[in-house]
Amino acid sequence: MPLLSNTAVLLRKELQSEYRSHELLTTASVFILIVIVLFSFTFDPTSAESRQFGPGLLWLAFLFSASLMLQPCFLKERTNDTLSALRLAVSDPFAIFLAKLCANTIFLLVTELLLLFVFAVFYNVAVLSVFPKLALVFFLGSLGIATTGTALSAISSQARMREVLLPLLLMPLLVPVLIPSTEATKALLEAEPTLRWDWLGILIAFDVVFLTALWLFGEYLLEE
Amino acid sequence: MSQRIGRPAGFKFNNIEKRFGTLYALRRVSLEIAPGECVAVTGRNGSGKTTLLRIASQLTRPTRGDLNFSGLSDGDVPSIGYVSHAVMLYDELTAEENLLMFARLMGIPKPEKRAVTLLEATDLASRAKSLVRTFSRGMKQRLAIARALLQEPGLLLLDEPGTGLDTESMAWLVNTVRGLRDEGRTIVMSVHGESALSQLATRAMRLDAGVVFADTRSGATFQAVFAGTEA
Repeated sequence: MPLLSNTAVLLRKELQSEYRSHELLTTASVFILIVIVLFSFTFDPTSAESRQFGPGLLWLAFLFSASLMLQPCFLKERTNDTLSALRLAVSDPFAIFLAKLCANTIFLLVTELLLLFVFAVFYNVAVLSVFPKLALVFFLGSLGIATTGTALSAISSQARMREVLLPLLLMPLLVPVLIPSTEATKALLEAEPTLRWDWLGILIAFDVVFLTALWLFGEYLLEE
Repeated sequence: MSQRIGRPAGFKFNNIEKRFGTLYALRRVSLEIAPGECVAVTGRNGSGKTTLLRIASQLTRPTRGDLNFSGLSDGDVPSIGYVSHAVMLYDELTAEENLLMFARLMGIPKPEKRAVTLLEATDLASRAKSLVRTFSRGMKQRLAIARALLQEPGLLLLDEPGTGLDTESMAWLVNTVRGLRDEGRTIVMSVHGESALSQLATRAMRLDAGVVFADTRSGATFQAVFAGTEA
């Protein structure tokens, strides 16, 4: 299938570029690390307080680091007008989105899972026993952020106030992702962890709706 | 799904208009370029040459009017090679990786072989493993032309392809374009003034403020069309 083979080729390019530059992962990791460490020293929370407020802090840090990570997603394609070359080369423009979306989800997830252990140490919260379930919540949340962010990055890269526009559009749109992600994470970090399928259901629905919208209308977002 | 065809394709602009806000880049342009023609489009800066080429490549949608391709079967789309002002290459990839990636996206059989052939043709084989960011403007331009030729396009759109090329590279470009023209491929190139490249054209067209000001197939009148459009 040309869509899948094109996506694989483009995803390889995205990963290769990041492997060489370490641009996105470094920026996002440093940002989340600063937020986690700074809040830990400022509030010095107890374990119970951490379980209550930690998930909100984590997802807030993930959101801001995601907006940093998503900003250059389409902007870097403008430098040499490589987006035009891609549009001429691929048979289905959705492949461009799919590759960027997969790359962004991978980058976000890697950063989140790595810094989860830093969070666990600084906030004295046990995460190892619920790690697979947390990974599922993080994956669904990251997919939602990456789907919306990739689409908005394509829009904002063509706008005049592009640096300001992405966070302005992204944050209100991501409320339906952030609330279920925070609540599902909170339920998993409690003394008696539970996987809240009601919140996960909302995340899955959000991901499906936005992925479908991107598949249907993505082509128009790439036009000049 | 429609199939990309490498056979020579022409195109027809029917009353095409392109506006950027209140600025008119093209004003109701109607023209027909037959399969196999080699057209030199000239004009001063801002006359609409790039917009014309971008609309022909389907990268830009016209504000008004229609674009139709000729020389193809129903449902087929032309295979278009496009060289723009920007090099359309990834700086953080090597020359070989750039060509291989685009060849794979285009579904070219034996992409490695095609990439090697073009790297040799553009005299970049010795720098195949170097990152594009380390290339000079001329080397980048040669690689950009190689990228445009990957799928042996039936329609080649060249926006000032001589930019940044030294005498030797320019001679290579002229020979390449001559070869493609002689194979019967359709070529539309924007140029400034008369040059070795514009002399290959079988038709000259001049744009002025988004309007086709002159259009001739008579070689004797080419000089008049190109006059005053030098870079």
